[in-house]
Amino acid sequence: MADVSLRDIYKSFGQNEVIHGISCDIHDGEFIVILGPSGCGKSTVLRMIAGLEVITQGDIAINGKVVNQLEPADRDIAMVFQNYALYPHMTVFKNMAYGLKIRRMPKAEIEERVQRAARILELTEFLDRKPRQLSGGQRQRVAMGRCIVREPKVFLFDEPLSNLDAKLRVQMRLELRNLHETLGITSVYVTHDQVEAMTLGDRLIIMENGYVEQIGSPLEVYERPATIFVAGFIGSPAMNFFEGRASRDGQSLELSGSGSLPVYPHLEPDFCDKAVVVGVRPEHFSLAPEGDGTIKMQVDHLETLGADTLVHGKSGEESSLFTLRLPDIHNYKKGSSLFLSVSPERLHLFDKQSGKRIGD
Amino acid sequence: MVEHRPWLTFLTHAILLLGCLIIAFPIYTTFVASTHSLETITSFFPFLPGRHLIENYQQALTVGSGEVGATVGSMMLNSLIMALGIAIGKISISLLSAFAIVYFRFRFRMFFFWMIFITLMLPVEVRILPTHKVVADLNMLDSYSGLIFPLIASATATFLFRQFFMTVPDELCEAHRIDGGGPMRFFFDILLPMSRTSIAALFVILFIYGWNQYLWPLLVTGDESYYTLLIGIKRMLDVGEGQADWHIIMASTMLAMVPPVLVVIFMQKQFVRGMTETEK
Repeated sequence: MADVSLRDIYKSFGQNEVIHGISCDIHDGEFIVILGPSGCGKSTVLRMIAGLEVITQGDIAINGKVVNQLEPADRDIAMVFQNYALYPHMTVFKNMAYGLKIRRMPKAEIEERVQRAARILELTEFLDRKPRQLSGGQRQRVAMGRCIVREPKVFLFDEPLSNLDAKLRVQMRLELRNLHETLGITSVYVTHDQVEAMTLGDRLIIMENGYVEQIGSPLEVYERPATIFVAGFIGSPAMNFFEGRASRDGQSLELSGSGSLPVYPHLEPDFCDKAVVVGVRPEHFSLAPEGDGTIKMQVDHLETLGADTLVHGKSGEESSLFTLRLPDIHNYKKGSSLFLSVSPERLHLFDKQSGKRIGD
Repeated sequence: MVEHRPWLTFLTHAILLLGCLIIAFPIYTTFVASTHSLETITSFFPFLPGRHLIENYQQALTVGSGEVGATVGSMMLNSLIMALGIAIGKISISLLSAFAIVYFRFRFRMFFFWMIFITLMLPVEVRILPTHKVVADLNMLDSYSGLIFPLIASATATFLFRQFFMTVPDELCEAHRIDGGGPMRFFFDILLPMSRTSIAALFVILFIYGWNQYLWPLLVTGDESYYTLLIGIKRMLDVGEGQADWHIIMASTMLAMVPPVLVVIFMQKQFVRGMTETEK
């Protein structure tokens, strides 16, 4: 039980700065997911919390105590690795007991803790096996068992599900969520998979190139992305972006290549008559009769998914493809025209220069 | 290749048998010679084993031959001590140096790495004079340490373990750090058990290497009580004008073959596994 706070963390490898100042407070019992594309520095942040990487600048505190100088073992954390990192020559029992043995815990207590963890994770019948005799999912559970028995203040997960097949991943995701609810231990979870992030996290930290783009609950991040990057990264299929210009009175947007869209609430005067990027999620378009305030789409191709149909098309000759998601099955011919409207509150506006969100 | 042609099967077996015969024949001759009396071998060489087997071997083990002054029994013990010393010493020192090179960032790490690498180009034969001088100055002539220590450093084994350690995922070391273990604990609890098949394979090779050492023991041993078996056999042949005790020499040769064969037989399984399997 502990909260973790990161205060202005920087990390450099030699001359190369990879983390450019991250601050975040992780509350007691919270499940935080750090999400971002490969190479954005998310694992580095986790490894700094674990103590496996030296912090170049800034402080990390666990339960109010700065841990920068502490060895990983003294930080009272436990970590699950992507490749499980089980000791191959030890049985499941010994793998789980090893950390306790090093800490010179009495034998009886080790036995009890391991048995309890094995019961929670349904590993009891595998305690005598070696890791190589287990399936991927079971190995993953052993790795978690090794953390649970330590009863740490913080759990750290480094892409723990990415070596599993799709079906098992869904199942383990659920188990992880349940485990977190049972144990209530503060967890930091690193992943590049947005579905994992959305389903597991109480809050997400979305990172790109060593910067934090947004910190917020899954819904906040989906409904009010703070930057163009977050908007494009969260959601599948990805959000569509159109370039445009805000009108002088701040009440509508001129899209290049197609008509204008009404904006509500009206834009702040600062942004009037400025270049903006408009984002619309594929699921937020609706079909409308031709007329003002609609976007014209020339159908290019369809993807029929059963429950939904994804329509890909262009708004004009020069525009790039964008996507529309319609419920049920539809059948449009290539080249046919659709007219789409978006309700004003579903529009996401971003400053073209800074990429930051405009309005609320 | 799986082919089912009878003559091909016949041909392959014939070649294999021929190969076996070529290898086995000298050993068979040695064996036959070791079971006859000296007169029989020197007059007309027999093709079948004779009746002096036990007698010859007993004489070799307990009395020895001619002027050598050491029994095969004591020489075998010397050889065994030297071979074990070299094998175990080489393995321990290579494990430790590979561990240092792979897992620690210390000053001049690459310099030491290349130093070890360079010793590959300096086998015993090349550095024999300076080494002998050093051993002599340290008063290690005619001692087991003199026989063993100069042969212990091994670049090859260090490289073998270095390669193996580099394939061990970093996460294992990190998991161990989080579990709260120190570096030596990691070495003994994790790395050593993980490399046990490689260690076994290397032990077989190094034991035979140590057992077959000839030049170095020849230089450092003057005292018969430190003769190794190979030196002993060579000495048995140095009879000048006299008649070498061929029946005893052949018995000693047979005996010299036994320990390496035993090591191979008993460690065959681990040896093969160490060469083929990587357990991670």
